[in-house]
Amino acid sequence: MTFFSRLLHLDRLESEAIYILREAAAQSRNPALLFSGGKDSAVLLHLALKAFRPEKLPFPLLHVDTGHNFEGVTQFRDETAARLGERLVVAHVEESIQRGTVRLASPTASRNAAQAVTLLEAIETHGFDLLLGGARRDEDKARAKERVFSHRDAFGAWNPKSQRPELWDLYNGRLQTGENFRVFPLSNWTELDIWTYIEREKIALPSLYFAHVRPVVRDGDYWRPVTPVTPAAEGQLVENRLVRFRTVGDMTCTCPIESNAADVSAIIAETRLSTLSERGATRMDDKVNEAAMERRKREGYF
Amino acid sequence: MTQAQTKLVRVVTAGSVDDGKSTLIGRILHDSQALMSDQVDALSNARFSRAEEGDLDLSFVTDGLESEREQGITIDVAYRYFATPQTSFIVIDAPGHEQYTRNMVTGASNADVAIVLVDASRLHQGALKVQTRRHATIAHLLGLKVVFAVNKMDLVNWSQKVFLEVEESLKRLSRSLGITNAAIVPINARSGDNVVSKSPAASWYDGSSLLDILQSQGEGTDLSELPFRFSIQRVVRVDGHTIEAQRGYAGRIASGQIAIGDEVFVGPHRRPTKIVRIETYDQSLDRAEAGQSVTLYTEDEVDAARGDLLTRGEANYAKRVTADLCWLDDQVWDPRRRYIVQQGTSSILSRIENVLHIRDMRDLSEVRGDQALKLNDIALVQLQTQTPILADLFQDNPKTGAFILIDPDTNQTAAAGMIRGVA
Repeated sequence: MTFFSRLLHLDRLESEAIYILREAAAQSRNPALLFSGGKDSAVLLHLALKAFRPEKLPFPLLHVDTGHNFEGVTQFRDETAARLGERLVVAHVEESIQRGTVRLASPTASRNAAQAVTLLEAIETHGFDLLLGGARRDEDKARAKERVFSHRDAFGAWNPKSQRPELWDLYNGRLQTGENFRVFPLSNWTELDIWTYIEREKIALPSLYFAHVRPVVRDGDYWRPVTPVTPAAEGQLVENRLVRFRTVGDMTCTCPIESNAADVSAIIAETRLSTLSERGATRMDDKVNEAAMERRKREGYF
Repeated sequence: MTQAQTKLVRVVTAGSVDDGKSTLIGRILHDSQALMSDQVDALSNARFSRAEEGDLDLSFVTDGLESEREQGITIDVAYRYFATPQTSFIVIDAPGHEQYTRNMVTGASNADVAIVLVDASRLHQGALKVQTRRHATIAHLLGLKVVFAVNKMDLVNWSQKVFLEVEESLKRLSRSLGITNAAIVPINARSGDNVVSKSPAASWYDGSSLLDILQSQGEGTDLSELPFRFSIQRVVRVDGHTIEAQRGYAGRIASGQIAIGDEVFVGPHRRPTKIVRIETYDQSLDRAEAGQSVTLYTEDEVDAARGDLLTRGEANYAKRVTADLCWLDDQVWDPRRRYIVQQGTSSILSRIENVLHIRDMRDLSEVRGDQALKLNDIALVQLQTQTPILADLFQDNPKTGAFILIDPDTNQTAAAGMIRGVA
């Protein structure tokens, strides 16, 4: 005998995420919500409001800032936190570099992988025992393997070979001292779900998600953005193309796609027809090797 | 968006190692055009691929971990999402090794249907493998519909005789477990025969393709038709100056429906009160039903807290229940120990008083006695709790009839439990 609820697709996902957010807050001592200003974290924050208003959120927002952000994203982050009257904690990779806990091969090297170090330092400094993140299982093959309540040991490491059992929707959030949880309320959402929900709920996003003209250079399969930290190489042809970002991350590893989708409904139409996965189309950090995400996560990445 | 019409089917794979579970999932996704072109490219360049030149190792669609690819096995559950015009699917690929049974139980607890795979080429006199029986048992105990897929039919030249032998064994297994009307489909996951569409290879088979069978699964019981059950996640305190009730109870409705004016009972003492408001973030509702996350306000102060239950209709509470357990902890059961029962949002201390029987997976017989419960054992036990728990039977209401046992010293989830009776 199987059972079902009559809720529609997005209502079911929304209710599940609210349930997970409330379980995470109730079962932890000192949680935080990872908020970068990207679309998934904007959706997660919106769901947190649905879970906890009219009260204030029972956690601060936390951003691990590589310092290599696209224009408008940190501004969007700060304005959103201020508008909602919620506390924002920013942990800077730059400070880890100053401290010497992050060493870069060169001053302009990607700071993407260094985020894990800064994140773990923030966890220790603030004593966070649970971090809510907007990661989705459909993003990557390692993320497809992750629990909703993902247990991390005292080194912040994910051990994919011995994850805790996770039965039904009964989340066991118990920890030993020094351990922490990463909790992913959007685990069961796809990229299309995110966009249709953004449309339905009219969730604000940074402007670079929508089609705009930007200087780019061709780099293999990608249009690499030309920025102060990723200048065009000598002799490379810089073109001004109509593009948008499907994901927003560190400037050194995130590429836009060619698109004329200027609003959410156009993006939804494009997403339905896309033959490239979200990260496959945009993220150079995942192309380093087959298990790039898994290895980063083992080191404490979210 | 056709979301109003689509139903959700959550499918988990089950069966023994190397019977082709991950390949089947990869095949379903590939043939349903659910793989993106860069993901297909990544498959053709994958390290450790076991496919022949020009072919894809489809098991790598879900075997995403380095050590899984290197060893050619599935270690933990992978979740994939795709939709056909009629149905939205979550496919959950579960490991076959006995060692990783707890991960299979994790996957099965989040599924509605189990595809139990059998390798047609590796049966001796129709004898099913222990893991096949174990997984079919777990799927059935967890209330899943079971569909059997007889895989690798190409290795037995699509012999109807071989298929009928396997079918006979699977029917015997079904009878002994009490599974009724399970579909049995001959397939070849590697080539896709009978997976998404019907294959001419098995002209003698007059059933549907596997995907069609999954899509045509009846929907079962509507949770909103069951008695109202609401486990409080959080007490909301609103500082205000109106005369309305100021304490709200936030949670997700596990089953049933609730409307303003309905009388509800709080906890085992069945203290009655009335619902005066039903709220979400941006709406006041007249009524709400199973699956919705809402905040309920009651007529009077009922002193309820996280973990307390609001119920309507018949609700039995008991301090002694019988329950099926899947033991998931490396540490064996210690009869002297207390374990935390987590049921809904409540946590209550408990003790296993009696092991009524353990299932022997070789012949599915029920072995009596009080043997130690160890990793992967499936047992019927008598459980005593410190305070009364809601004793809905799992088969009547899986949302409230399920619980987990937590070892309070290690914090490990020690067992998955399903209430079967009041002792």
